[in-house]
Amino acid sequence: MKWVWIISVWLLFAPWVQAQETLTIGSKRFTESYILGEIIKQQAATVPEAQGVHRQGLGNTGILFSALKSGSIDLYPEYTGTIDQELLKNPQPHTLSQLNAQLLPLGLGVAVPLGFNNTYALAVRADDAKRLNLRRISDLAQHPDLRLGLSQEFLGRQDGWPGVKRRYALPFNTPKGLDHGLAYEAMAAKQVDVIDVYTTDAKIPRYQLQILEDDRGFFPVYDAVLLYRLDLPQRLPQSWAALQQLTGMITAEQMSGLNAQAELEGISFAQIARTFLNLGTTQDPPQTNSFWDQLWGEDFGRLTQEHLVLVFGSLVFSILVGIPLGIWAARVPTVAQGILAVVGVVQTIPSLALLAFLIPLLQQIGTLPALVALFLYALLPIVRNTYTGLTEIPPQLQESALALGLPNFARLRLIELPLVAPSILAGIKTSAVINVGTATIAAFIGAGGYGERIAAGLALNDNAMLLAGAIPAALLALAIQFGFELLDRWLIPKGLQNQKISNTAD
Amino acid sequence: MITVTGVAKSYGQRVVLQALTHGFKPGATTVLIGPSGCGKSTLLRLLMGLITPDTGSILIDDQVLTAHNAQTLRHRMGYVIQDGGLFPHLTARENILLLATFLKRAALADRLAELAHLVQLSQGDLDRYPSQLSGGQRQRVGLMRALMLDPPVLLLDEPLGALDPITRSQLQAQLKAIFAQLLKTVILVTHDMGEAAYFGAEILLMRAGEVLQTGSLEDLLERPAQPYVRDFIRAQRSPLPPL
Repeated sequence: MKWVWIISVWLLFAPWVQAQETLTIGSKRFTESYILGEIIKQQAATVPEAQGVHRQGLGNTGILFSALKSGSIDLYPEYTGTIDQELLKNPQPHTLSQLNAQLLPLGLGVAVPLGFNNTYALAVRADDAKRLNLRRISDLAQHPDLRLGLSQEFLGRQDGWPGVKRRYALPFNTPKGLDHGLAYEAMAAKQVDVIDVYTTDAKIPRYQLQILEDDRGFFPVYDAVLLYRLDLPQRLPQSWAALQQLTGMITAEQMSGLNAQAELEGISFAQIARTFLNLGTTQDPPQTNSFWDQLWGEDFGRLTQEHLVLVFGSLVFSILVGIPLGIWAARVPTVAQGILAVVGVVQTIPSLALLAFLIPLLQQIGTLPALVALFLYALLPIVRNTYTGLTEIPPQLQESALALGLPNFARLRLIELPLVAPSILAGIKTSAVINVGTATIAAFIGAGGYGERIAAGLALNDNAMLLAGAIPAALLALAIQFGFELLDRWLIPKGLQNQKISNTAD
Repeated sequence: MITVTGVAKSYGQRVVLQALTHGFKPGATTVLIGPSGCGKSTLLRLLMGLITPDTGSILIDDQVLTAHNAQTLRHRMGYVIQDGGLFPHLTARENILLLATFLKRAALADRLAELAHLVQLSQGDLDRYPSQLSGGQRQRVGLMRALMLDPPVLLLDEPLGALDPITRSQLQAQLKAIFAQLLKTVILVTHDMGEAAYFGAEILLMRAGEVLQTGSLEDLLERPAQPYVRDFIRAQRSPLPPL
């Protein structure tokens, strides 16, 4: 077992072996945010003050805000309307200086308006617009049979669906949420008729959609700005000064064009940012977009390592905690139901909700909360298999063990645990395989792994990139399954292999 | 020397053993016999400390059996159950040596060879897993495990119950020879009157948690304490072996 430990420890600590000043930039899980994150990173890098790190594609506004407050990131591109209504819950629109006054107690500030307004809008297919004479949002009231495809975030925000519905008295029931990356495909497939869009979305012209005019002026202004920690300008004054140059630098048309470069031409975020900032275009080979190129991209090694750290790092702790918990439950019937209920309930918490809950608790984003979440998810199979294995040892074997006169611990170690080894190993195998899948969610909080490609693929609507993340994850799950089958032969006592634990007469 | 004084056990309303007082004869074989559910196995498990009596006390070598000393007192009592109760993840050898190894006893190899000779088990069989052994071999291994520490007392719960008639009669003969040779205090549970007659110097005939009669086979045959004793003996189909 020694080599398992050495590898686990190496996997756990390898990513931390780096020092020096860093500027950590966050971005949300949609194309524009990815691009702006890269622009910020490269602009800051024009002065040699700090190592720029771009934690890209973090789950949602709440996760980024938590990450910013806890210092896991230094800044990220945000929109004034979001800060105003969503983060500060202001009933009326505020000016930039008013926002800054409100953010001051949190140690945060807004600055550097980038120059464009990316507001929410509702869009329909252009042919529908013509056929049904849809021009304004208020026109929707005449067509209650239209099907809505709204993103989770839009549905949940006060400046989103609930507000629009009220202001325009729209006769629609609130629909189920749809991932924003999938909404355009759903439109093209005529699965939905109305979606929420950002006005700078590159796909609006591509999918021949028409934006409905906000005739009652509901949507607030969403000027793109930098939301940052107030300690940043003091800590990295040169980088901060360099970032000031981004003020007013990007128009809405330019932003829409940059989005199109990413989504329609398949140019990498880093390359788009480099070109835009005139930092030279020669470093990158011509961008190809095939699945194989994406699969074996330069990030493959890093993502694999991160994924393995997440899966096995959490699994080690789940084993160390889960087996004793299972033993405890088997030994003390009064606590058994409690233990099994708690680890069972943990399993039912949606992963993104659990992650969002862990970030403020642990005061950080990234690997630690992801490890904790995966650790919690992996507990149930291990605890339950240990518990059922121990309680299902045939009574005559339990009595034989007792009658020998071995002390409790020796009985457990020499007889009971070896007898239930097959059951415990099966539980660990289940946990490991589930972890491989769940770990893809960790990308939403900046913990990396194959999920990064899945998240980016979803955001870009790039199936090749999505598969370049999903397929290695699936192969890893298969490899783990196979590895455990080999481990079974090695760890399960010979007398128990290929037969059940029983002691019946022949 | 094992003595029980006023020992009784109930599960809820169900009395599984009525208050019993009895001294088991040292160096001799006592048989507990009766129909299923009569309390004979319960008595054996009480003696092993696997369950605790509601009332009364159990004296083993002048020590009162308690929850605290049960574990060490078990080292003085070998316990054999139907089909041997062997641990399937261990070879026959590992089963036999498990406790002695844990207690760091010396000269294990000699003792193992001695026991193998006693129960007529080959060295090759010692390296097999229980699933690879026949029922009779498993029972022999169970007996070796019980005898490993050379305990003065042997408790056997239907030790031959799972065996075919031929193996069973062979093992009966072997066991009787072993008991006579080792001079152990043996308490053997069976439901078979022929087996009881074959082994028992003293027989306790039980029904519904109560000892109906204690005595030799002659006592039971000629002076049955109750009609049930006579009925039970008569109902046994297997012919009694000669005394």
